Amino acid sequence: MTTRLYDLAHARAGDKGDVSMISVIAYRAEDYPLLVEALTAAVVARFFEALGLTRVERFELPTLGALNFVLHGALRGGVTRSLALDAHGKTLSSSLLSIEIDLPGTGLAREGMEPTQC
Amino acid sequence: MKTIRIGAGAGFSGDRIEPAVELVEHGRLDYLVFECLAERTIALAQQAKRKNPAGGYDPLLEARMRAVLPGCHRQGVRIISNMGAANPIAAARRVIEIARELGLTGLKVAALTGDDVLDLALDENPMLLTGGGRVADIGRDHILSANAYLGADGIVDALGRGADVVIAGRVADPSLFLGPLMHAFGWRPDDWDLLGRGVLVGHLLECAGQLSGGYFADPGVKPVPGLARLGFPYAEVSSDGAAAVSKAPGSGGRIDLSTVKEQLLYELSDPSAYVTPDVTADFSNVRLEQIGPDAVGLSGAGGRPAPDQLKVSVGYLDGYTGEGQIAYAGVQAAERGRLALEIVRERLALTGVAVEELRSELIGIDAIFQGADGDASYTPREVRARIAGRCATLQAAHAIGAEVEALYTNGPAGGGGVTRSASAVVAIASTLLPRDRIRPRIDMEVA
Repeated sequence: MTTRLYDLAHARAGDKGDVSMISVIAYRAEDYPLLVEALTAAVVARFFEALGLTRVERFELPTLGALNFVLHGALRGGVTRSLALDAHGKTLSSSLLSIEIDLPGTGLAREGMEPTQC
Repeated sequence: MKTIRIGAGAGFSGDRIEPAVELVEHGRLDYLVFECLAERTIALAQQAKRKNPAGGYDPLLEARMRAVLPGCHRQGVRIISNMGAANPIAAARRVIEIARELGLTGLKVAALTGDDVLDLALDENPMLLTGGGRVADIGRDHILSANAYLGADGIVDALGRGADVVIAGRVADPSLFLGPLMHAFGWRPDDWDLLGRGVLVGHLLECAGQLSGGYFADPGVKPVPGLARLGFPYAEVSSDGAAAVSKAPGSGGRIDLSTVKEQLLYELSDPSAYVTPDVTADFSNVRLEQIGPDAVGLSGAGGRPAPDQLKVSVGYLDGYTGEGQIAYAGVQAAERGRLALEIVRERLALTGVAVEELRSELIGIDAIFQGADGDASYTPREVRARIAGRCATLQAAHAIGAEVEALYTNGPAGGGGVTRSASAVVAIASTLLPRDRIRPRIDMEVA
């Protein structure tokens, strides 16, 4: 069973050079462990595969109930070189919120594993 | 315990002006900071300065100063800004002229320079942070500018010498806010935890409205009242670095845990190592507390020693881009849009236009994000076909838009609303230079 990330969290994207940073913040503190479990760096890397990322890092912020993703090579050379309509990648935050994530006990996606398709 | 109030007057060069005036009138501020320099702005301003030696600073400097100077002068609010861009000296001189016109005699204006390190960057020829090359590999003829991200020290000096207005070029954004805190509280350059707390305040305020409900609203899910009259934020900071952020009473927007969390993580990589020229700040244990309506308390930030080297942005000319767009509507809109894109690609090949990189897409379907969340069954009622390319010459860049325009009479049925553009690309590469080779300099003038 899956749920849409949009219903659990809000997000904001920023950029520095060719790196996009996307925060994912749980609306409710009790949903944070679910985000930690289901929204791994591997899951996010797979979702944004088409961007041609070189690496995805994830930082956990339990005090804020938030995850911070750092997407390297996400912006086609960065805002000053990219031919993209949204060269900053500002809209990537909303795109990410449309991802469906696995709910606990239903085939959790873990780091390094293939995320399950439903 | 002593507290001071710092307001955010702008979050980018084109930002609204009235919220800054509102903050001056109703925010009981001690300092007002205008952050107006994006990554590329100085390189573009450097080009403007070459054409006009008295230019090269923020085009809205005059409008902003006319709007806020009288109130700031009356209430003793001191102004700090990076609106000097490529020419802080000329910008400060303009502020002096405006002050005299407004009858604000005695106003002290400091120009903070030293960030222009073009000669040093060419001499030292350091490695670029990405791509493996050195500064010289960009090609001397292509380089427009090299500016170091200065820290708070120059601002602290200028305020210590009595400046009412400090006009800088490139200074790290949070340092614009840390400067007045260090000055007001006598924080030392190695008070790492205090500096880390000050950087947290600066980081939250530097995008102005993005803290107080701007860039947050999603109707029905994340409502924000009064975005058309969004209030800009201010922070009340204590000498121990504890702080609370709020906005002018009665203004639009919202400040709560959610809006502050989004801005806290904005543009951050590792939250435990936010590198600035003044301190490596640690936001990983920041705690937020709603302490009143539209008021959030901040605690728990810390800091470690600053880096030995300063980040330098090198602006350079990097060829040209051309773009064209055309809209289609009704049944088969997307199909006709795709055909249009295919025709332009074929035309560019047929006519021998040299394009290094070409990107085409349908706005409304796959322009923002090409991939994963696409829905093949989705049939939009309207699309806008867009094609953009990178070229070595301006002439070739113009040809892309020209081919899109030619679709009016040679392309698929029902195309309309063509727009086209072609321009030189000013790109940025980053490098590092030793901080002991870079000295801030202050020139002071009195109105």
